[in-house]
Amino acid sequence: MRLKLLVYGVLLVCCVPFVFPIWWMATTSLKPVSEIFAFPPTLLPTSPTLEAYRQVFELQPFGRQYLNSLYIALVVTIGTLAVSALAGYAFARIRFRGAGIVFVIVLSGLLVPNEVTIIPLYRMFDTFGLVDTHWPLILIPMLGAPSVLATFIMRQFFITLPAELEEAGRVDGLGRFGLFWRVCLPLARPAIGAVAIFTFLHSWNLYLEPIVFLSSKQKFTIPQALTQYVDAYGGPMWNTQLAAATLSALPVLIIFVLAQRQFVEGLAQTGLKG
Amino acid sequence: MTLLLDKPTSRVAPAGKAPYWTMRRRDTLAGWLMVAPQLAGIVVFVLVPLGLVVWYSLHEWNVLAGTFNFVGAENYKAMASDARLGPVLRATGLFSVGLVVLNLSLALFLAVLLNQKLRGTVVFRTLFFSPVVVTLVAWTIVWGFLLQDNGGVNAFLNLFGIDGPNWLRSGGTAMVSVIVVQLFKNVGLNMVLFLAALQGVPAELYEAARIDGASAWARFRRVTVPLISPTILLTMILTIVGSLQVFAQIAVLTQGGPGTSTTVLVYYLYQQAFQFHHFGYGATLSLVLFLIVLVLTAVQWRMRRRWVFHEA
Repeated sequence: MRLKLLVYGVLLVCCVPFVFPIWWMATTSLKPVSEIFAFPPTLLPTSPTLEAYRQVFELQPFGRQYLNSLYIALVVTIGTLAVSALAGYAFARIRFRGAGIVFVIVLSGLLVPNEVTIIPLYRMFDTFGLVDTHWPLILIPMLGAPSVLATFIMRQFFITLPAELEEAGRVDGLGRFGLFWRVCLPLARPAIGAVAIFTFLHSWNLYLEPIVFLSSKQKFTIPQALTQYVDAYGGPMWNTQLAAATLSALPVLIIFVLAQRQFVEGLAQTGLKG
Repeated sequence: MTLLLDKPTSRVAPAGKAPYWTMRRRDTLAGWLMVAPQLAGIVVFVLVPLGLVVWYSLHEWNVLAGTFNFVGAENYKAMASDARLGPVLRATGLFSVGLVVLNLSLALFLAVLLNQKLRGTVVFRTLFFSPVVVTLVAWTIVWGFLLQDNGGVNAFLNLFGIDGPNWLRSGGTAMVSVIVVQLFKNVGLNMVLFLAALQGVPAELYEAARIDGASAWARFRRVTVPLISPTILLTMILTIVGSLQVFAQIAVLTQGGPGTSTTVLVYYLYQQAFQFHHFGYGATLSLVLFLIVLVLTAVQWRMRRRWVFHEA
């Protein structure tokens, strides 16, 4: 009993640095400027105001930037799922000439983070006139280094399926794509879920690529937009930044809390287990 | 093409003539078609750029003047005499080592606590994991706000009469602050992986160890750690590679300062290339980053044979 109380106590204390910042972000965004640095600090706004939220949309096309982030993340997620499911299936279940060498080439992507190749990538997209468009933010994560982990997770999953499954499909007259699409893919829901969550969050959080490739405010993504709420002296407008930050974090947080079981267990149970 | 491949795989050939589309040929074609997008992506967005990094490192490339001249080993000589490179590498190492040690210890600690069959652990698991899904820059901004000289952390310390430092602006604390911000952001991920591994340790082993008179610590050290060592290795690789990629936190919190105390390699590379327009030198730094990733991965791969426990 003593021990139980101790464990609960430790857990509660440990929660503070995880939960308090989120609470502080949401509550400070509702405080007037005069209150945000008040001492002693107020845990709840004493005179709540939506002024900061008005400024978020007034100073920047934040709605547009929000949609940019959202559609880019969705396209990247769907694209990555298609690319990685196909490749992962082929590596796991088809014995084809050259498979070994192709697998090694693809895995090499794990050793070359995008930060290493950002300069040539910038120049390549510049050559094709695609700087200050969303193409680099879509194509690089979907086909480049970040997609390799997704392919690996998919392969690890497909490898576990029993061979009899596909033999039965073959007897029913299915070809390779039929086996993939009708037999194996429907069983891959845990892997698809994990890859989708990973990929979405990766795209949603991307910061280096947007600030390298994008220059017009209409095209910015959320992470880039968040840091642009500064006053005439370049100092951050805290309550406005935190209001925009809250808007960017809350929907994903709510989805997470509602579906936390799928999130956490999906991630833990797929190929990532090692 | 799809039609062809979707044809039933009956191998009834016309008498006297071997069918061209044997099962093996079909599989080879299907396999290549299915990996084609991924393979093309890796070639175009990883391997070609990697080759170009080497090529650029031999050039002086001025975007503003539109010049691109071969300079041989100049960039490498510049690197050898770059007085800032030493501190940058030291900051990179400090950040990575600090983050990996703290992250794995805290993740394992929390996972062990959550693995005690207590009520309500799912709630705690959800809370510890929630920063993982908060937008990275949003998380960084709140912490930046909390760590201001007159911010929440110092206000809290003040309640106990402690006069806290200006966390992000003093040499001694800036690096610690950046590490801690990143720690709490992502430790939930490793915690969940550890928790899954812990739940896979058979209870009989603990029982046997207890009968042999092993203390709680000995059971942890001799039973738990060896059995979850594959997960320790995996989380270590993921965390180290991730720590070398840290950029947004530095850019938002400290801009590499004060001085160069938090200028990690990726941030330095970004500054040289995209702020000072030294693209050739930036490419040379990119190669250094690549070599670090390569060496660390190779080392970890070797360590794997040494201490990762494999079931025979």
